[in-house]
Amino acid sequence: MEAFKTHTGLVAPFDRSNVDTDAILPKQYLKMLEKTGFADFLFDDERYLDPGDVETPVSDRRPDPGFILNRAPYDRASILLARANFGCGSSREHAVWALKDFGVRVVIASSFGDIFFNNCFNNGLLPVILDESTIDELFELASDTDGLELTVDLEQCEIRSPKKTWHFVIESGRRENLLSGLDEIGRTLTFSESIQAYEAKRRTQEPWLFE
Amino acid sequence: MAARTLYDKLWQRHLVDELPDGSALLYIDRHLLHEVTTPQAFSGLRSAGRKPWRILANIAVPDHAVPTRKRALGVAGIADRVARKQVETLSRNCEEFGITLIELEDARQGIVHVVGPEQGLTLPGMTIVCGDSHTSTHGAFATLAMGIGTSEVEHVLATQTLRTQKQKNMRVVFEGQPGFGVTPKDLILALIGRIGTAGGNGYAIEYAGEAIRNLSMEGRMTICNMSIEAGARAGMVAYDRVTEQYVEGRPQAPVGERLDQAREYWRTLVSDAEADFDREEHFPLEALVPQVTWGTSPEMVSGIDGKTPEFSQLAPEKRESARRALDYMGLEPGRPLKGLSIDKVFIGSCTNARMEDLRAVANLVQGQKVHRSVKQALIVPGSGQVRLQAEREGLDMIFRNAGFEWREAGCSMCLGMNDDRLNSGERCASTSNRNFEGRQGKGGRTHLMSPLMAAAAALAGEITDVREV
Repeated sequence: MEAFKTHTGLVAPFDRSNVDTDAILPKQYLKMLEKTGFADFLFDDERYLDPGDVETPVSDRRPDPGFILNRAPYDRASILLARANFGCGSSREHAVWALKDFGVRVVIASSFGDIFFNNCFNNGLLPVILDESTIDELFELASDTDGLELTVDLEQCEIRSPKKTWHFVIESGRRENLLSGLDEIGRTLTFSESIQAYEAKRRTQEPWLFE
Repeated sequence: MAARTLYDKLWQRHLVDELPDGSALLYIDRHLLHEVTTPQAFSGLRSAGRKPWRILANIAVPDHAVPTRKRALGVAGIADRVARKQVETLSRNCEEFGITLIELEDARQGIVHVVGPEQGLTLPGMTIVCGDSHTSTHGAFATLAMGIGTSEVEHVLATQTLRTQKQKNMRVVFEGQPGFGVTPKDLILALIGRIGTAGGNGYAIEYAGEAIRNLSMEGRMTICNMSIEAGARAGMVAYDRVTEQYVEGRPQAPVGERLDQAREYWRTLVSDAEADFDREEHFPLEALVPQVTWGTSPEMVSGIDGKTPEFSQLAPEKRESARRALDYMGLEPGRPLKGLSIDKVFIGSCTNARMEDLRAVANLVQGQKVHRSVKQALIVPGSGQVRLQAEREGLDMIFRNAGFEWREAGCSMCLGMNDDRLNSGERCASTSNRNFEGRQGKGGRTHLMSPLMAAAAALAGEITDVREV
C-alpha cells in the first residue's frame, strides 16, 4: 500500500453533505477489472453533460463547465473539502480508486461513511475529520481566495495554511499504518499461528461450520 | 461475566487477537463473493502468490451486472461485452482458486443476499462479509454481517480475518404493532428518516421489540438490509424460534446431532437482559403509515399522507440539500406525495424480492391491470429459487396478466448495472434501497417504498396509499 506522510495541494470546496459513493463513481464503471483507469469517470454523472460508459471515449463527451472539478484551478485539486457523511452508501472501493486516480490524496469532511473511511486507509488516501466550525472556516477560506493551498501533515496531525494551523485527530493505529504504507495482508499473516489456534478451537466448538 | 449485547457476544466469539495498532483481528466464517468487487482482490492474491486461507468459507455468485432476460445462453448470452468479461473473470478466478461458484445457469443463482440465507450458507452465530454494503441483510440470523471493500475482500481471502474496530452498540426497539398496509420496509425507512443516513455511523444496530419478534425472517432481512442506509455497517436480530424454523432443512444447514449441538449454541445468541447499549431508540409503531421517499437520500422520506418539505420548515443546514434534491426530483416544495405520476415500477432487490414480497404483490394485483400510463413495470425475483417457487404458486401468471414483466434473478434496476435502467427524467416507484442521484440510471428519479406501495402505484399510475386500494 502507498504510504502517506505529508501532502501539499490545492483544495476543491465541494459544498455538500451525504456525498454517496454512487455519485463519486457511477455504476457503469464498476465493470472494470483494474484499480486504475477511473480518473476520467470521477463524479461522472455531474462532470459531463451527456451520459458515458467504459466504452465511450471521454473526448466524445462534453464536460459540464459548471462542475467544480472541470474548472481551473480546481481541475488540479488534490484535497477535497466536503461536509458530513462523505462516502456514504455502497461499499465500492472503486470510489476511492477514482479519487486517487484523479489525484486526490486527502478528503476533509466533518464525518465519513464507515466503509468508505476504511477503504481510504487501504489505499493511501487520507480522510481527515474536522469539526463543523473548522469545516465552515475552510470553506470560507477556499471560496475567498483564488485557490486555497494546504499542507496536510500526518506525522504532526496538522493542516497548515500560510496563516494558520489546525490540528486533527486520527486513531494512532490507522495513522501508523498510513505512515508506514506496509502491506496489511503481510502484517496479518505474521499472526498465522494465532489464526490457526483460533480455528482449531472453533472447530471443536462449532464443527458444523468446518464440515 | 458482565451482561453482554448480541453484538458483544458475536464480537468476542470471533476475536482472534487484539493488535498493537488498536484494531482487532476478527475471524470470518463466511465470505460471499460476486463479480463486481472481487476481480482486483483476486489479482492481488495472484500477484503476491497467495492462496485463500480456507477455501470452503467462500462462495461466489454473479448477480450485480447480469441481465434479467435471455438467460438461456448463460454467460455467453450476456450482450454487454464488459459485463460478460467481468462474469467470466469471476468464473475463471473461482476455478483457479478452487472456490465454489453458483453459476449464472444454476437454478440457485440470485442476489447474493437472497441466496445465502436460502441455501443455509448463512447460519446463526457466523461472521459474514461480502464486498457489498447490503451484507447487513444476514444480520437477521443473529450473525455479525458487514459490507467490506475490495482490499478487505483480498485480506479475508488470504487470512480468513478482517482487521477492524469494535463498533458501539445501538438498540432500536420498535414498540407495538404496525397497522394494516405497513410493512418491514416502512419500519426501516421511517427509522432512517428519524436518525438520518449518518445516524448509525460507528454503531452496530440490534433491532428489537414486539414487532420484530412477530416478524418472519424475510421481514427481518428487509430491515437489517437497510442498516447501511442508516449509516450502520451491521444490523442484527436476536435468535429465536423463527430463526430456528427458517434454518432447519436448508441445503447447507447442519442436520441431526450436529443441528442439536448447533441449536444449543445458537440459543445463546441474544442480548443479555441487563446488557448496556451506548444508544437506544424507541420507535412506536401505532401511528406509522406507509413511507415514501421524496428526495435523493433515504432519509428524505415521509408518510404517504405527507408532502415534500417547505424549506422554511427545515433546519438551515438541511435546506441546501433539500433544494438540490427537489430540483433533481422535479418536485416543488409542499407537493403532496400522493398523486405523483410514475413512469416505471421496479419490484426487486436484496431488500424486497423474496417470496413474501411477491405474494403480497400478487395478492394486490390479481385480476387488475398496470395503469396504461406506466411505461414499464418490472418484477425481478431475488433468486432462481424464489422464481421457481413463485411459478409453482402461479404468481408469474398473475403478474404477467396484470401487465408486469417477469424476469430472471439479479440486482437489476436497483443499481442499473445491466440494461434495466431509468432514462433521464423518469420517475420510478421502487422497492430497492437507494434513491441517490443517478442510482437507477442517470437523471432517473427514484421513490423508495414497500412492495405493496409499489404495486399500488403500478395499478394507479401514480403514488397512492395502498391502504385505500
